[in-house]
Amino acid sequence: MFHRLISRRGVLRLGAAAAGGAAAAGLLSACGSGGGGSGSNSNLVFLSDQLSTTEETAAMRGKVLSGFKGGSVTFTAFSDTTQFIDQVVAHSKAGSGALDLIGGLQGDFVALDAQIPLRDMSDVINELKDRNFPQAYLDLAKIKGAYRFVPWITASYLMVANKKALTHLPSGADVNTLTYDQLLAWAQKMKQAQGQPLFGLPASPKGLIKRFFQGYAYPSFTGGLNTQFKSAAAVSMWQYFKQLWAVTNPQSPTYAFMQEPLLSGEVWVAWDHAVRLSDALKNQPDNFVVFPAPSGPKGLGYEPVLGGLAIPSSSKNVAKAKSLISYLTEQQVQSTMITEESWFPPVGDSALPKNLAPGVSAEAKAIVATTGATGAIASQLPIGLGAQSSAYDKVFVDTFTAIALNNAPIQSSLASEGATLQSVLQTAKAACWKPDPASTGVCQVG
Amino acid sequence: MSGRTTASVPADLQPPRSSPVRRRRPGWAPYLLLAPSVVYLVVFFVVPLLQGLRLAFTGEDGAWGLATVHELLNDPGFWSSVWNTLIMLAIILPVQLVLALAMSLLVNSKLRGSGFWFYVYMLPLGISELTSGIIWYSIFTQQGWLNSVLQDLGIISHPYIWLSYQHQLLIIATIVVAEAWRSTSIIVIILVGGLQAIPREYSEAADVFYASPWQKLWHVTLPLLRPTLRTALILRTVLAFEVFATVIALAGSSLSVLATKANNAYTQFQEPHLAAAYGILIMLLSLLSTALFLVLLPVRTE
Repeated sequence: MFHRLISRRGVLRLGAAAAGGAAAAGLLSACGSGGGGSGSNSNLVFLSDQLSTTEETAAMRGKVLSGFKGGSVTFTAFSDTTQFIDQVVAHSKAGSGALDLIGGLQGDFVALDAQIPLRDMSDVINELKDRNFPQAYLDLAKIKGAYRFVPWITASYLMVANKKALTHLPSGADVNTLTYDQLLAWAQKMKQAQGQPLFGLPASPKGLIKRFFQGYAYPSFTGGLNTQFKSAAAVSMWQYFKQLWAVTNPQSPTYAFMQEPLLSGEVWVAWDHAVRLSDALKNQPDNFVVFPAPSGPKGLGYEPVLGGLAIPSSSKNVAKAKSLISYLTEQQVQSTMITEESWFPPVGDSALPKNLAPGVSAEAKAIVATTGATGAIASQLPIGLGAQSSAYDKVFVDTFTAIALNNAPIQSSLASEGATLQSVLQTAKAACWKPDPASTGVCQVG
Repeated sequence: MSGRTTASVPADLQPPRSSPVRRRRPGWAPYLLLAPSVVYLVVFFVVPLLQGLRLAFTGEDGAWGLATVHELLNDPGFWSSVWNTLIMLAIILPVQLVLALAMSLLVNSKLRGSGFWFYVYMLPLGISELTSGIIWYSIFTQQGWLNSVLQDLGIISHPYIWLSYQHQLLIIATIVVAEAWRSTSIIVIILVGGLQAIPREYSEAADVFYASPWQKLWHVTLPLLRPTLRTALILRTVLAFEVFATVIALAGSSLSVLATKANNAYTQFQEPHLAAAYGILIMLLSLLSTALFLVLLPVRTE
C-alpha cells in the first residue's frame, strides 16, 4: 500500500531534503568546531583511570579542581584501564588537540608511551623543584630516558583488621611487625574460634591479588621475583600460600575492594591497596586497625604505587595544562587529595599534613611504617614491559588460579607458567628490575 | 528471529485477482525504507564481524594464521569455560522454558488480574545485566539477604557461603536463578504473542470433546505453539552464550564461561586477538545451536 501513498518522486524529494539537511547540519557543526577548536581553549580536558568511583569523581570535580583559577576543567575518569588507554590513544591519533592532561599510574604511561608521543616533562619538573619529589619517584617518571610524567599521587598496599580479630592474635605477635607464619596462625585461630574463615584477599578479576604475589609474597619469601619464579624458595612460598588459602574466605574470588567485606563483617583481616581499604577506615575508624604487610624469610616485600600527570604531544593547551599540574601538586591541594581521595602526595614523610582524619592518618602512618621497616624490600613496578604488561600480570593470575583454585601441582604449574613468563620477558626484551638483581640482557626466569 | 505467525491474510483483504487498477511497481521506496536498518547492520554487525575475524586469524605480529586459535586452545581454563557454558545452558534452557510457558499461560488465561502479571513480569527487562548481577550478589553473599532471612527463620545458625569457589555447581545454580529472574520475560513476550495468535476455534473444538485442561495444553496449545517455541529457544540460547556480567558479579574468578573469558582477555589482559577468537567461537556455537533447533524442531509449512 505504501507506494500508493507516497510517490517515487515524493520519496526522492524527501531524500534530497534529508541529504540537504544533513549537509547543512554538518556545515554548521564544522563552523562550530572550527570556531572553538582552533588555538587554545579556556576549557581543559583531563582524563584519568584513577578516582573513577562516583564519590571520587565528584570529590575531584567539586573539591579539588573547583579551586583551579586557570579556567574550567572537564574531568573524566575511567574505571577500566583499557578503555582509558584506548581513549587517550584515539584522541591523540585523531590530532584534534582536544585532550590536555592525562592522570594515570606509572605502568599506564609506560603502555601509552609505546603507542603515542607524550610530551617531555623535564621543564615542568624543573619549575616544580620546590615540591621536593623524592629521587625514587623521579626515576620512575623517566621512560626511555626522559621524564614523561610529573609525580602526582602515591599509595601502597596495607593490612586492615577488625578489632574483634585482635583477640585471636597468636601470643607474642604484634600486628605492626607481623610475620607470614604469624598471619597463618592468626587466620587458623580465627577460623577455629569463629567457625568460619575470616581472612580475605581481593581475588576477583578486578581485584589486585596479582600485586600480592609480585610485590609482597615473592620478594618476602624469595628476595626476588622473575629470577626466583620457580625456585625452591618459590615452591615453599606457594606451599605456604596453599595453607593460608585453606583458611581464607572461599568467597574471596568475588572480592574486588576489601573495604566492602570488611565493613559487612564477612572478613576480619584483609590485605589490599590503601585506597581500596579507606572506606572501612574512614567510616569506622574505631573498629579497624591498619598495619604494614607481614615479613617473610627474606624481609618485608612491598610495592609503592605512583600516579602521575602527563601532557600528550597533541595538546593545544600546554601552558594551561602546566599550570593545572602546578596547582595539583600544591601542598594544600595534596592534603585535600588525602582527605577526599585517600591518595598520598609523592613527598617525604615530613611533608605530610598534620590534621588528618583518624582513619586516614592511620593509613598514612602504616605506609610510613612499611617504607621504614627493617628489612623492607621495595619492588619497582614492572619496567620495560610496554604492551606486555597485561600478559605479565596474566602469568601471576593464571599461576594463582591453577595452584589455589584448581589445586594443580605447584612444581609443574610453576614450570609451565615460568616458560610463559620467559616468553613475555623475551618479547618485551625487558631487563630485570628490583628486587631482582640488574641484568645485562633479557631478564632470565629462575 | 521473530514471533510472527504463519497465518495468511484473510481473503477479503486481498486485492481481487483481476483488478482493473494496474499494479504499480514499488520503485525505490522499499529500498529507502530498508536502508537505515541495512546501514545499521553493516556498521554495527558486519564490520565488527569482519574485524573480529581478522583479529582472530592474525597473530600479534599481524601475520595471518592459526596462532591465536592455538593460543585459545591452550589458554588456561579454556576447556572448563566451554563446559561451564554448556552446563549453564543445559540447566537454564528447560528451567526458563517451563517458567515462561507457565507465566505466559497465566497471562493468556484471561483470568481477573492476569494483565497485571504481564507488567510485573516485564519489570526485570528494565534492569541491566550488571545491575541484576549486583542485586543477586547482595542476596547470595555471605552477609547477604538470603542468609539473613534463613537465620531469622532459624533454618541456619551460621551464614552459609553460597558463592564459595569450592562449590562450582552451587555457583552455577545461583547464576541460573539470577538469569531466570532477569531474562525469562523475554521468552514470555514471545510466547504470549504466539498464544494470542492461536485461533480460539481449536480450543472450543477441544471443549466439545470434553478435553481436560492438561490434554488441551498437550495436544492443542503446544503443537500450535511450536514455531513460536522454536524462535524463543533460538533467541534464548544465543543470548545465554553472551551472558557475562551476571557471571562476573556472582562468580568472580571462581568460574568462567566463554563470554567472561572473552571479556577478561580484552579488558583485564589487553589481548584483543584472543578476545576476538573467543568471540568467534561464541558466534560459531550460536550458529550451531540455531541450526540444531531448526533441524530438531521442524515446522510444517501449510
